[in-house]
Amino acid sequence: MAASPETLRRTPLFDRHKALGAKLVPFAGWEMPVQYTGIREEHQAVRTGVGVFDVSHMGQIETRGRQADALLQRLVSNDVRRMPEGGAQYSVLCRDDGGILDDLFSYRMADEHFLTVTNAANHEADFRWFEQHAADFDADALDRASHYAMLAVQGPGAPTLVRSLTDGRLPARFHCCQRTVAGVPMLVASTGYTGEEGVELLVDSDRAIQVWDALVAAGATPAGLGARDTLRLEVCYPLYGNDLSTDRGPIEAGLGWATKEATGFIGSEAVARRRAEGPREKLAPFVIDGPGIPRQGNAVVGGGEVTSGTMSPSLGVGIGMAYVPVDSAKPDTPIEIDVRGKMRPAIVKRKPLYAREDS
Amino acid sequence: MAEASYPDDLLYHPEHDWARVEGEEATFGITWYAQDQLGEVVFFDPPEVGTTVTKDEPYAEVESVKAVSDVFAPLSGEIVGVNKALGDKPETINDDPYGAGWMVRIKVSDPSECDALMDQSTYTQSLT
Repeated sequence: MAASPETLRRTPLFDRHKALGAKLVPFAGWEMPVQYTGIREEHQAVRTGVGVFDVSHMGQIETRGRQADALLQRLVSNDVRRMPEGGAQYSVLCRDDGGILDDLFSYRMADEHFLTVTNAANHEADFRWFEQHAADFDADALDRASHYAMLAVQGPGAPTLVRSLTDGRLPARFHCCQRTVAGVPMLVASTGYTGEEGVELLVDSDRAIQVWDALVAAGATPAGLGARDTLRLEVCYPLYGNDLSTDRGPIEAGLGWATKEATGFIGSEAVARRRAEGPREKLAPFVIDGPGIPRQGNAVVGGGEVTSGTMSPSLGVGIGMAYVPVDSAKPDTPIEIDVRGKMRPAIVKRKPLYAREDS
Repeated sequence: MAEASYPDDLLYHPEHDWARVEGEEATFGITWYAQDQLGEVVFFDPPEVGTTVTKDEPYAEVESVKAVSDVFAPLSGEIVGVNKALGDKPETINDDPYGAGWMVRIKVSDPSECDALMDQSTYTQSLT
């Protein structure tokens, strides 16, 4: 354990988690609920109904000013100019050598006004990076992490549940808008990390409890970071610190689609070279063929390493993602994972490992 | 998940394992505390019958969704039975850690090792 409980930060919903009997664990400097009743039950609630996650540990950076778009364009890998007002966009933040500093969602709240959501563990470094580069532009970067609480409402029933508490239509997928939900004005974004329909709510920290209570009263199941991890891994969304790091770039990570080198972002030259040469290894999803659960750090026989692994609650087998040599990264390739000395046969699959029946 | 309980007919190991000694044989499992810390068990990888286990050393692995944990032998001996039912229903370890969730049965090689284990009241005090 890295820090004693006294030094861990708490979200505005901490007392609610305690009252629900959540198992609280240190996560990126925060004391966060890993589960309430059980990971599999919460996972299933999101796949079949509605779950609500407290993700207030995530950070927010606002960029505003005449050149806010130019600043963001310089920093993030995607083409910010393709994001309309009310749009949302995924990208990575790269170093000059193309190594990934963080993965981000940005929301264009107005023409010259963006909100970017960071990972908790990277937020402070990200903000310094933003601030440092903002000096070259007519734009400001503002640390808004303590201003916002963030709730993710996810699952096939999420749109209907949230709509019943709001004053208007919900934004279309990968869009955002200002709405009042449960009597509280907030930014509602149709994004998420579960592979299900749903929204993420960015709300004033002071009003978060009112929103959480209304969502739970309306039938949303509180879900913890444990279920968040199994849900995201089934649909092969990368997790920073596991699947993404400064050691590898977006091409190896399979994020070439969110990387537009022509925009000239920091790291674009290195990424363009890697794309042209072709990467030596790629992040590949796989399913264990038989018993065993792969875990982060397991070696792939013949080269490569597992960066995320778990027991898939939906599929009932061990699943994971691993960086493997490009030749092994093709779907249907048999590989072997060294799970603490036991060789477990596995098969490389296409993304996602789990897909809703209607999609 | 079952309520917290620590039966008084068991011997306890500090790594949160229990032993039920019956004649020359002993049955092993993990305590209520251990399964609660782990969360929902999704995989149990049993050892083979005929292999030997050594007191204080890991003999099997138990995995929850989030984590892997070694299971330690409270006593030394030769494995004479493993709970095969846990292969299909590892969650039994959560539901009934002292009954259907047992893991292995051994032929005890050194009964004097029992003296180093804790009784119920010493173990429950160690948890607070």
